[in-house]
Formats: sequence, C-alpha cells, structure tokens
Amino acid sequence: MSELRSADDVLSVSNLSISYRRRARAMRVVSDVSFSIRRGEAYGLVGESGCGKSTIAMAVMAYLADNALIDGGSIRLLGDEVIGARAADLREWRASRVAMVYQDPGSSLNPTMRVGRQLAEVYRYHDHVSWDAANASALTMFERVQFADPRTILERYPHELSGGQQQRVMIAMALAANPALLILDEPTTGLDATVEAEILDLVEELLRDIGTAALFISHNLAIVSRLCDRVGVLYAGRLVEEGPASEVLHTPHHPYSIGLLNSIPHWGATKDHLRLLPIPGDPPALGQIPSGCAFASRCAIAEDACLAAPPPLAPCSGVHSLSACLRRDDAADLAAVVAKNEAADGPAPVATPVRIGREAVVEVTDVIKRFSAHGTTLTAVSDLSLTLHRGEILGLVGESGSGKTTLARTIAGLYRADGGVVRVGDATTRSRRERASFLQMVFQNPDTALNAKFRVARLLGRSVKRLNPGLSADERQAKVLDVARSVKLQESHLDLLPGALSGGLKQRVAIGRAFTGDPTVVVLDEPASALDVSVQATILNLLVDLQREHDLAYLFISHDLSVVRYLSDRIAVMYLGELVEIGPAESVMRPPHHPYTEVLLSANAAAIAAGRARIRLRGPSPSLANPPSGCRFHTRCPRSLGELCATVAPPMQVADAGHQYRCHIEPSALATLQSLRPDAAAARDAETTTDTDATTTRSTRGHS
Amino acid sequence: MSALELSSRSRLDSRRARARATFGQLLRSASFDVGAVIVVFWIVDAIFWHALVPQDPQALNPLAALQGPTAAHWFGTDWLGRDVFSRTLAGSTSVLEIAPLATLLGIAGGTVVGLVTGYYGGAVDALVMRLVDAFLAFPLVIIAVLVLSLLGTSEITVIVLIGVIFTPVVSRTVRSVVLVERDKEYVASARLRGEGDWYIMTAEILPNVTTPIIVESTVRLGYAIFTAATLSFLSLGIQQPSPDWGLTISLGRQYLQIAPWIVLFPAVALATLVVAVNLVADSIQQVMAQ
Repeated sequence: MSELRSADDVLSVSNLSISYRRRARAMRVVSDVSFSIRRGEAYGLVGESGCGKSTIAMAVMAYLADNALIDGGSIRLLGDEVIGARAADLREWRASRVAMVYQDPGSSLNPTMRVGRQLAEVYRYHDHVSWDAANASALTMFERVQFADPRTILERYPHELSGGQQQRVMIAMALAANPALLILDEPTTGLDATVEAEILDLVEELLRDIGTAALFISHNLAIVSRLCDRVGVLYAGRLVEEGPASEVLHTPHHPYSIGLLNSIPHWGATKDHLRLLPIPGDPPALGQIPSGCAFASRCAIAEDACLAAPPPLAPCSGVHSLSACLRRDDAADLAAVVAKNEAADGPAPVATPVRIGREAVVEVTDVIKRFSAHGTTLTAVSDLSLTLHRGEILGLVGESGSGKTTLARTIAGLYRADGGVVRVGDATTRSRRERASFLQMVFQNPDTALNAKFRVARLLGRSVKRLNPGLSADERQAKVLDVARSVKLQESHLDLLPGALSGGLKQRVAIGRAFTGDPTVVVLDEPASALDVSVQATILNLLVDLQREHDLAYLFISHDLSVVRYLSDRIAVMYLGELVEIGPAESVMRPPHHPYTEVLLSANAAAIAAGRARIRLRGPSPSLANPPSGCRFHTRCPRSLGELCATVAPPMQVADAGHQYRCHIEPSALATLQSLRPDAAAARDAETTTDTDATTTRSTRGHS
Repeated sequence: MSALELSSRSRLDSRRARARATFGQLLRSASFDVGAVIVVFWIVDAIFWHALVPQDPQALNPLAALQGPTAAHWFGTDWLGRDVFSRTLAGSTSVLEIAPLATLLGIAGGTVVGLVTGYYGGAVDALVMRLVDAFLAFPLVIIAVLVLSLLGTSEITVIVLIGVIFTPVVSRTVRSVVLVERDKEYVASARLRGEGDWYIMTAEILPNVTTPIIVESTVRLGYAIFTAATLSFLSLGIQQPSPDWGLTISLGRQYLQIAPWIVLFPAVALATLVVAVNLVADSIQQVMAQ
C-alpha cells in the first residue's frame, strides 16, 4: 500500500513479516502486513490470540524478543526506519516519539517507587527539568487522567492502587513524553467491566483532546470501533480487512470479520430466539499458515481459487474498506451465506417453557463463607440464599471480588460453608458418589482444569468410570466415544494430550468430562471467557444444546452481561458477597432494577453500542474485609439516598413476579428514575457520576 | 477395535518422539556432552575396573613404597607400595554404589513427605515442615558423626544415612510444587468426581511434578557423591583397605609433603565426577525448564 503513504504518516508499516524461531524452526507469525497511521488518527488492530497483533506492536517499539526474526518489510516512525536503527536512536524515539500502555499495569509499574515519582522521572529524563518542575507536571498529568485526588495518588505505591488506577498511571506515563504515537495493547483486558468502561471513556476523551495518533490493539471489535477511526482485522498474521471503523463494524467485507461479529451475542439476543453463529474450526496453529487464504478452511464461501495464494488486500466496491477476500464484493449476501451455512450445524432455537416452579435441585439458604489469612477474615459470601430449579439456567453476574466463584465452589462442595445450608439434589443424594453424578462443574481455564499428563481418552474414561459404576470395560469405552461425539470431538482427539489441543477443544473435553455421569446440575464458572470470540460461540451453542437435550440445570457464571442475558432464564447479581438482585432475565434487564445492575448494564460494550446511557461507578471497590455499613453499595451507588443507605441495610423489594432486588428505593420510584433516558439520564449523568473522579473531569467534559 | 490398535501405536510413537526430541536437545548442549562422557567413563570403570587395572590395587610391595610416577606405576605408588593408578580406577566403585542408592532413597522419601504435606497442608504440613527446619539446622557432619558412631559404619548405614539426610531437603522442593498443583482446577475436578486423596496425590499430581523431581535427583546425586567422599575422609564411611577415593585422600594426607600423588589423583578423579554430574544436572534443568 505504498501509494497510500504520505508525509503526514506518524507510523507506516509496509510488507512487514516476522517469524519466531523455536527449536531451530522458524514460525511465521506476521505476514506481509502494511498499514499506516496519520497524525491524530486512532487505528485499531483487531484479532484473536496468536494473530500477531502484539508482535506488530512490539516490532514498532523495537522490543521484539530475541528469537524473533524480521523477515522483511519496513516500519517507519515519523519517516525514520525502526528496523535496524541504532540503539541510541531507538532509546531516543521511545522517549519522545512512541509510548506504549501494556495489558497488565500491575507488572509495568515499579513496585518500589511511589507512582508520582515514576511519572516525574519521565519529565526529568525527557525534558531535563528540575524535580520540582517534574513533580508539578506529574500533578497536572494526573489531573488530566482524571484522578479524583491526584495529590494523594502521587504519594501512593502501585500496590496501593486498584487495577483501574494503575492503568490510569500507565496512561499518564505514556502521555507524559508527549509522544507522536501512543500504542495501547489491550489496555482493559484484565479489568472489570465497570472499570474497563471508565478507562475506555478516558482513552476516548484523551485521544479526542490531545490529538495524538494511536494504535489500539484489542480482541474486541466493538471496543475498537468505538475508539478508532480506522480498523484493521488481523487473521493468522495477515491483515484481512481494513477500513473506516463504522464500515468494518456494520458492513464487514471479509468472512472472518463477519464471523467475528456473528459470534458475539448482540444486545438483547436470547437463546430462545437466536442461535449464535460461530466460525467453525480453529485458527491455524502458530507457524502453520497454509499457502492460500489462511481462513479458507473455516470459510463458508471458499472456492478452489482461495487455496492457491493469499488474496491481496483490495478495495471493495461501494465502500472505503479493503478486504483480502476473493469474493469481497459478494458482501451483500456474504453475511447470509455464512449464516445459512452455520445454522445448518445445529437445531433451530426454540422458545422453552417457563422453568421456574419446577422442583428445586439446588437450594442455598443463608450461606456464609469466610476466608481468613494473616489475622484478617474476609466474608466472601454473606447470608446468601437462592434456588436453582430443574432444567433452568441461572446466570450469576458480578465483578471480581463479588464472591460468585466462591459461591459456585461452595455449592459444588469444594468449599465447606461456614454457615447456612447448601442442599444439592434430594433425599437420595447422600454419598459423595451420588453427589458427584448429580452435580458437576466446568471451570474457566481448561489449561489447568485438564491434567496435562492425561490423554483425552483417559480424562474422559476416568470420569466415566467414577461416575458410572458398574459399567463393563466395553461399555465404558462406548460411553467415552459417546461423550466425545456429544461435545463434537473427533475420535482422533482421544489420543492427544491436552497440550496438543486448541483452547476451544480443551474446553470441549472439560465439558464432556462434566457430562459423563449424566448430571442434573452443572456449575459453569466462566466456561467461555478464556476462549477466543470465534470459539466462544461454539462452546455456548454446545452448552445450550446439551442443556436442552438432557433437561439440565445450569448455574452459569460470567462477567459478560451479553452472554449471561443470552443464555439465562433467570439472573442473579452479586455485589461484595451479597445477592443484590435476582429474577427472570428479561425482568432484571429492564427497570426497575438494582442500581448496581444498572451500572453493570451501562458498562457493557454491547449495551453501549445499543444506545444505553453511561452511568459510571463512584470510588474504589470497598474491601471485603471491611464492607461498608448499611447498604454495601452505598459508597458507589449512583442512586444513593445518603444517610438512610449508609446506616440501614436495605430490604428486598419485589419488582415483579419472582424479581427481587435489595434497595431502599421502591420499585415504582426506581422505575421512574431509571427510565429517564437517554437524554435526561445523560444530563443527570454528567452532573453526578460520569466518572470515578468527577471534579477534574467536568471542565474537560464541558467543551467536548 | 482397529481404531484402538491404531491409537495405541500412535501413542507409543508420539511418546517416543517426545523423548527423542528432549534427548536430542540435551545432546546439542556441550556441557551435557562433556559431563555425560565423564560420568559414563566412571560408571564403566566402576563396573569393569577388574579388566582395566594394570595391577591388583591391593597388591603390597613395600620395596616400591612412595615412588613417584614412573612407566611401571603411572600415578606412582602409595606408602605400602600399592599402584595409585590401579587404586584410583578401582576407587570409583564404592562411591558410585553409595551415591545413587542414597539419592534414590532421599528422592523417594522426600517425594512421599512432600506430596503428603503439600497436599493436605494445615496442621500436618506445619508440624512436618517445622521438623524439617529443625533437622536442617543441624550441620550434616555432626548428624553423620553421631549416627555413625552409634550404629557403626557399613555401606548400608552410609546409604541410609545420606538418604535420610536428603529426605527433608527433597521434601521441601516437592512440597512447594505440590502446593501450586493442588490448587489447580484439575485437582478440584478430581475431587468433584469423588476421587480419593491417595489417587489424587499419586495419579493426578505426581505426574505433574516429575520434572522438578528429576532435576532435584541429578542435583542431589552430585551432593551424594560429595557427602559419601566426605564421610570416607572422616573415616566414618568406607573402611580400609578399600581404594575408596575419600578414604585414600584421608590416609594419604600424611604423605602430602613427600608423595603428593597419593592424594592428587583420587582427588582429581573425585572432582571430575562431581563436576561432570553437575554439568549433566545443569543441562537437564535447562532443557526441562523450557
């Protein structure tokens, strides 16, 4: 794309190819990638894990690992070539031209230094000013990144800050040197949804105000298109589509981009009406990039010509996007073709009857779970009661520290409750083995949930043996094959160690293992969140199919509201160890609902895209060791009534049939408050709770 | 079922392939090659020294005592006129019997203790680990002197003693990795399907901690050789007239001024063995860490 390069380019990458050497083999991770970023432009690079997006960022910073090999191409930063530049020049450029914000702020900050000093050092080194001047600049910069109390933050050590605050410090440090290019590598990936939303607001505002060019790297197309002007989609190390953000998001012209968008449940979708459309198969393994179009093996409309050579990135007719697909101009029915093809692989969605009112399979009554270490005791779950009925999916939502995983593990029997009763099954479920065949669990991370030394056949076989006593060896063998087939594993997979499987296949093994004993209840602890988007949909579809087929009850834990809403019949919301809301999914999603649910909803990227008002949390998350008095949420609540909320624990209010929430505000009043939208709510919003640190933002917000 | 046959064959193949890959990587490391050649030399020597020695290592020849290296006696002779070259070759046997057996014992004991304490944690763990701390606070030599003077010296006692001394050290290493493994979800999943503790420890966790155990074994082997030699040197291990290196160094000390070769050659032999074992240990550790 050299013809597109102009003198105005801050960064221009052309024909970049990078390999990693491992055990004397070179594995290509980036192939022939070209793109450029103009002054003031925000460019988003989207792709799943292993697509090479971080490698490109590291190449721009000239921070590639020792075993990385640049096979060709050029990277020009403000016109100067980065590849092969002298170390002294690189150091100079890293100080003045380009800065990077990494995924994990915790490990990017020096734990032995106060953050104010770390930031001041940038000014000392970069502008050669006195400590006083540097400290003054640091304070200004902390105000700029919207710390409520920048002066106290200056004096803090990194471990005294929350993840969101640390990331603000990182952003401040990156901006301190006034770089021409700011690289953001998944800056919000490790953060909670509400914190993520705050950081994205901040980045959005800064990019607009400062006008620095930015390279924003993420796996989330929705986030990228919100913040960026142009977007490039990477697949297996190649740029497969590039264009204006809104075009790529709304009228994608590459089957992969279309597949990515179809994989995510759009806001409001439920399993009863819509089947997710996953991309079949898995991305090619690292270094095994086929000669033709890398996506051909997963593509619904691939032709023989696709296998010959990688299609070039070329303009599509009628739009500004470039697409590396030979059939790019079939875009109009591309989506339809893909959809048709995918829908064929599973049963059509059916509306299922109401499941509430059937017998309870799990009953949790006033359960308390405490952890103590070093003299302090945390109450991770306090006085929580809920019921799971036969055949229903109960979604459990909450941010990290809300106690949802603790609750799940307590229900599963991995933790012993310190108070209250967990009743699983009926009077016949007494022994450990009976309980094991009644309730199973699927964990978040299949890498650690599967014993790495066991082959798939043994992983499944052992579970079959334990959970189906009395089967003969042949019957067990048949059952293993049966289970493997039901989670869509091939027979050849049975012989592999988990290390040889992709993340999606591993999770299928884990799911299959949980289903070997034909359980009645399955606890799913974020079963899809460690997986790439395109694989996530396959897993969710599989879970829906299995649930329908076996009339199972799921306790489904997730931090992703779109997913929970898609899957659940009922939703329970936890905050700081307490159940704050529970009810039928649709009822919980609309007002009146708990103010915390309201905040969660407005932090959801999909919900934002669907035009929800943004309401942000105030203040940091309180410690579980010392929860706030009265209503636990009052310190951060956008609807707080003041004194009453701070002193008196709120009652459960009944909003609707089976829908309860814990708040002082009555349903009718809350419904009125929460229905003021979008304009009225937005105005309210700017006044009170837009950002964590309201005081400093108001001035900047005013003229934006 | 043909699919099953096929599968067991491919399983064997892949296991072999992996073992071959690891070994190939080891062979590419120069320090492993050097170490392995020396270790193999001493092992061959320990087994076949009868065929290798030019003279009987026990043959006395008072007339030829304390001679320097000559064509007849390449490494000279000792105070009784015995051939130092033959005795150096013959001296590897005792150390290469004691050290591997003691290591094996220490690794086995340490693995059991480490698995149990790491897995159960809590009070048992706290108690055992304090005992280990207390045990480790005693200098090794003092324990050895006490025990060996009480029980008398024999090869078996020395092996058991070194094994017992190594057990707490190994158990700490094993415990620390078990602590990490037992919190992984595959253990939770095993509990959820009702597996017993013993099964979880031996079938689930143990295969996942073999790498540190193998590394620890090679490191321990080096120490075991050293410790065995030290005990011989203190006359607490192998007794006369064995050509054992440690013992020879100890006895030959008095002649250091007039016949340094008596001490020099067994000392060099011992050093090469210890260094070689450590070279091998380091390379294994590096390859395993990848």
